[in-house]
This record gives sequence, structure tokens and C-alpha cells, in this order.
Amino acid sequence: MTTTPANTNGYNDEVVKLFTVASLFWGVVGMLAGLWLALELTWPALNLGEYLNFGRLRPVHTSGVIFAFGGNVLFATSYYVVQRTCQVRLWNDALAKFTFWGYQLFIVLAASGYLMGITEGKEYAEPEWYSKLWLTIVWVAYLATFLGTVIIRREPHIYVANWFFLSFIITIAVLHITNGLSLPVSLFGTKSYSLFAGVQSAMIQWWYGHNAVGFFLTAGFLGIMYYFIPKQANRPVYSYRLSILHFWSLIFIYIWAGPHHLHYTALPDWAQTLGMTFSIMLWMPSWGGMINGIMTLSGAWHKLRDDPILQFMIVALAFYGMSTFEGPLMSIKEVNALSHYTNWTIGHVHSGALGWVAFISFGALYHMVPKLWKRDGMYSVKLISLHLWVSTIGIVLYITSMWAAGITQGLMWRSYDKLGFLQYSFSESVQAMHPFYIIRALGGALYLAGALIMIYNMWKTIKGCSNCNCQKA
Amino acid sequence: MLKHHDKLERNSIILVIATAIVVSIGGIVEILPLFRIETTIEKVEGMRPYTPLELAGQNIYIREGCYLCHSQQIRALRDEVERYGHYSLAAESMYDHPFQWGSERQGPDLSRVGGKYSDEWHTAHLTDPRSVVPESIMPSYAFMKDRAVDLHDISDHLRTLKTLGVPYTDDMIAHAYDDAINQGRNDGDTSGLTARYGNKVFARSFDGQPNMVSEMNALIAYLQRLGNMVDFTKYNPDLDPRNLPDGAVKAKGEAKP
Repeated sequence: MTTTPANTNGYNDEVVKLFTVASLFWGVVGMLAGLWLALELTWPALNLGEYLNFGRLRPVHTSGVIFAFGGNVLFATSYYVVQRTCQVRLWNDALAKFTFWGYQLFIVLAASGYLMGITEGKEYAEPEWYSKLWLTIVWVAYLATFLGTVIIRREPHIYVANWFFLSFIITIAVLHITNGLSLPVSLFGTKSYSLFAGVQSAMIQWWYGHNAVGFFLTAGFLGIMYYFIPKQANRPVYSYRLSILHFWSLIFIYIWAGPHHLHYTALPDWAQTLGMTFSIMLWMPSWGGMINGIMTLSGAWHKLRDDPILQFMIVALAFYGMSTFEGPLMSIKEVNALSHYTNWTIGHVHSGALGWVAFISFGALYHMVPKLWKRDGMYSVKLISLHLWVSTIGIVLYITSMWAAGITQGLMWRSYDKLGFLQYSFSESVQAMHPFYIIRALGGALYLAGALIMIYNMWKTIKGCSNCNCQKA
Repeated sequence: MLKHHDKLERNSIILVIATAIVVSIGGIVEILPLFRIETTIEKVEGMRPYTPLELAGQNIYIREGCYLCHSQQIRALRDEVERYGHYSLAAESMYDHPFQWGSERQGPDLSRVGGKYSDEWHTAHLTDPRSVVPESIMPSYAFMKDRAVDLHDISDHLRTLKTLGVPYTDDMIAHAYDDAINQGRNDGDTSGLTARYGNKVFARSFDGQPNMVSEMNALIAYLQRLGNMVDFTKYNPDLDPRNLPDGAVKAKGEAKP
């Protein structure tokens, strides 16, 4: 663990601030879209015509929270961390600024396209060819900025957080380019056709899709964990050896897990079995990483009692541990036979996304904001605590309702009556979802409320101090 | 181990290369063989590329994000086969760029929805889903009925797909627009269409509007074709070289609603 140099003014924190503010903005947009979708599934009359129909709005939610919120958090934290752990300013300020505006332009291009029905039709890879090309350019600039900074570092060693950030940037580039290969109908039109069809396109899409989880939502955010938890706890990382083992085993095994999205389908059986086997193996590096994070508090457990920022980070790791246990479980074919196509998957995704990804992000943002704007601390520690509890209750409502909903669906679809006929029609299973959907929407609303509390707290921290005297010397 | 790892931690380029190699292995092993092994896609009779109108319908299906709630992949499990019909074959989505297998069932699987309901049912259902299925949570797509389907560059769509390997002929590309219009009318001249795509092409006004080939017309043309192209009387799964998973249905020729 390197220490912050005395002169922090040497760092390019301006671009980190921009990404921080953007992540808060897109976080609210993405969560609001999610809440609206939850309400649409509960009361379909809320599908207010073409542009706000479920099918058009859904990618706005998924891309909004994953790539717009999560992506901006990753840009902000990776730029923040790489400068401090390499003891050097970002390699190229202009390029860094380009990655900011370029990435925001990508988000606007993609999201506005979704509402107009411009989509490649692959989950989490919906942007059409021109948005994808633009993102490729921005991503190369990101890699250049990040790697350039690592190359000119003043520290002899590359800190573990940067390994994770690097692997995230490289792998996302490979996934994005391969899965995005498509042929436009016309250079002046929006429509393109994927290079791959049928079973091959399914395999490539879920190789992409699952590793968007593995490298965007896991490796990147593990980079955050490896810097911000030791910093916030003021303790070194628990085990250096475990970090090495964690890193290489995680990135090697994750990439194989994709076919577990395609159990019992037309994908050849050998590929399904490989996907399942590696998904189960993935449990180990995941928990190794969780243990490495949580045990960092070894000898400093008392800090957890009264530091809600640390609480956010540790609760995030608890959710990480839970969803990385649930994931391998669901990848087992016999379990998947029940869980696939149901709301159980939605619940699983959200325990990881709301509990792990967003909570570790909130922790990092609460840690960074006072430092970036040179304040003594957050405006209100109580509000951080309130945010934690409101959001946690939101998550619990969300995931428990979706577990119950998913298992109900799965059991209804496969139940037989005494005479050996299917017991329920499909529409009866839809009807049975209604109460669960109400609880889920309530959970989502609480979670959004928590995020708004955070934004108020941050706004007060950033702005509210201009007329008081809390400016750090 | 730690000693050797030190090199990686001190040289960013070696670290990048090592990472790139480690993350590539799984994908290469799982993906590349799918393009080489002939058993990935079964040999079946009856599969043909979509007609221009069906293709336009599929593009509306994608545009509206139907795949986000409806799967098109019947798994080889007893209850699914009894509810939806014969489990999906790889061959059945071989012309879908990209696949439409989906990942969720907020609504039912649509792999074999073709022919299961009447055109009138589909028109009523897309216009106001709850008028025919009171429990439905599907949005209304009434706007599709008032809008003519955009066919101005349909030939370019076929040509693009031909480049990607879909067996469209030059003849099909040249007549794409006329074929689409003729398929979507009750009084269309379908001789050219059936000559190019075979006798099993449905041609009629799918949404019942005589004066316009609407988006809804194209979408229903697509839906009515889903899952009934393969001739299952000539498909013998026992000759299928791929092993079925445990607990799976071994052979099921007939599709029950």
C-alpha cells in the first residue's frame, strides 16, 4: 500500500471530479428507469406509448446503471487510484478529458437510440454499430491514458488494484469488439446485422454477457476494493499472496462461465458442461477475494462500528460473497432447469448489482468526494448511515421478492396435476407475480431514495462549504 | 511463485500480455470449435431464409425489444416440450442475425407460436393485449397498425445478410420489395414469391387492413412463421449425433399446444 504524497496538487483530479458528478447523474437516470420498468410490470397501463414501452426502456435501465453509472465510477476511481498508487499525474490530460466527453457522448448516442428502437438486439450489447465504433475509439484512449500512467509511474511495483483495472480494460475491449462485429446495411443508416447467427451468436453473446459481469462489474470493482478498503480502514491488504492467487485464478476462470446461460438449449452439451464446471470453480477465487477484502479489517474491526463508509464497503463484500455463492449454484444444470427464464435470475443479478457493485461504488464515492473537493469530510455522517440502511432494506425487499417470485414461476411451469397434465397455464404464472412485483418496486424505490440522500449529502459537501470555513489547508 | 510474479509487477507490458493470454484461453476453447464441428447445427429439412416481409417483421420484433420478455428457445425438458412443442434445434435459428433465444419469460416462449393463434387473435392481442389475455402485462402496440412497414431498403437488408452467409439469391434480392408487398396482401400476385421461397409461404393481409402493409402486418407474418419451418416428420433425433442432457426428453415429434 503506497501512501499519498504530500503534494496532492500534482494529480489530475479535475477529470476525476467530472466522472464523479457524471456517475451520480447517470446513476439516478438508470435507477429511475429501473423503477419505472418495475412499475410497468406491475401495472402495464404505465407503458406510456411507443417510446416508454418496456422493451425500449429496458436497455436504458440496464445500460444506464451498468455502463453509465458503473462505467463513470470505474473511470473516476481508476484515474484516482492509478495516480496515487503510481505517484504520478495522469499521462495525458487532453486524452483523459477526451475519454470523459467521449464516454458521455457514447452514453447519449446509445440511450437515445434505444428509445427510438435503434438496437442490435443483444442484451447489454444493444448499441448499434456507429455507437459501438465510437466506444471502441474512446476505450482505446482509456487504455492509453491508464497504461501510459502506469508506464511512467514512480513506484517500482504496480499495485494490485491496477492489475484488476488493467485486466478490466483489456478484456472489455476484446469482448466488445468480438461480440460487436456486425455489418451495417448502409453507412448512412442505423441498422446492422450481427456477423454471427443462431447458436454461435448465442455462445458469443453470453461469453460477452457473462464477462461483462466478470470484468466490468467484478474485476473493475475489485480494483476499487483493493484500494479503497485498505485506505478507509487504514490497514494494509490482508494477504499479498492471496491477491496474486485471486487475480490470476479469477481472470482465467471467469471467461469460461458464459455457457451457463444456455443450459438445455441447442448449444452443444460439451460447451454447457464446460460452462457449468468453470462456474462452480469460480466460487473459490470469488470467495478468496472476499476474504482478502474483509480480513483487511483484521485488527481494526472497531472501525466498522462507527464508520458508515467502511460499513458500505464491508456490506458490499458480504453481498459479493453471497451472489458469488448463488451464481455457481444457479449454474448447476439441475438448479438452472428451475431458475432459468424466471425472476430468480433478476433477483440474483440485483443482489450483485445493488449489493456489491453499487455499494462498493458508494463507499468509494463517499471516500473520494471530500478529498477531491478538499473538504474535511462528508457534510453529514448520519446521512451516510441513513443511506446505508434505507438502501439495504431496499435490497432485501428486492431480492427476497424476486427469489420467491422466481421459484414460484419455476415450480408453476413444471407442475403437473393428478392426471398428468400441466397444472397451470402460463398466464396464471404471470398473475401470480403481481404481489411480488409490488414488493420489488417498493424495494427499488427505497434504493433510489437512498441514492438521492447520497446526492444531497454530496451536494452539501461540495457546495455547502463555500460559505463556511471547512476548507482544508 | 512470488519471485517470478515480481517481474510481472514491475513490467506493465509483460503484465498486459500475460493478462491478455490468460483471458483468451476460455473463449478460444469454447467458441472456435462451434464454427468447425459439423454437429453444432443439425441437418434438417424445411429451413429457409425469412421472406422479406418476415425479415421486416423480425426487425420490428428486435426494435421493440420483444426478446427481453419472450424467449425463443424451448429447452429439452419435459414440461417445456409439453407446453411449447418440440425442443428447439440449432438449425431453427441458423438465419437469425443475431439469435433471439432471450433470457427471460415475462411472457411465454415464442419459438413455436407460428400457427398457434389466428391472425385476428394476434391483431387484437398486439393492439390491446388484455382484451384477449386479461392477465397479460404486455404493452400495447396499437401504433404499429397505423404505420406502413418501411421497405424502401429491404433489398439492401437481404444483400447484407447474403454477405454474412444467409443463402439469399440475386433473384430474391432483386424482387425483395415486390415480394414483401405481395405477401402482405390478400390479392397479391404470389407466383414469384412461392417460386423463390417455396409453397409453404403464407401470403395474406395478416392484420386485415386491405390498403396498407403495416408494421403489424409484417410482425404477424414473422410470428406466424416461428417454429414451423422444420419438417419434424423427417427429423429423427436418434440420428442426431449430439447427446441429450440427463432427464431430457428423448424423442418428441409432435408439438402440443
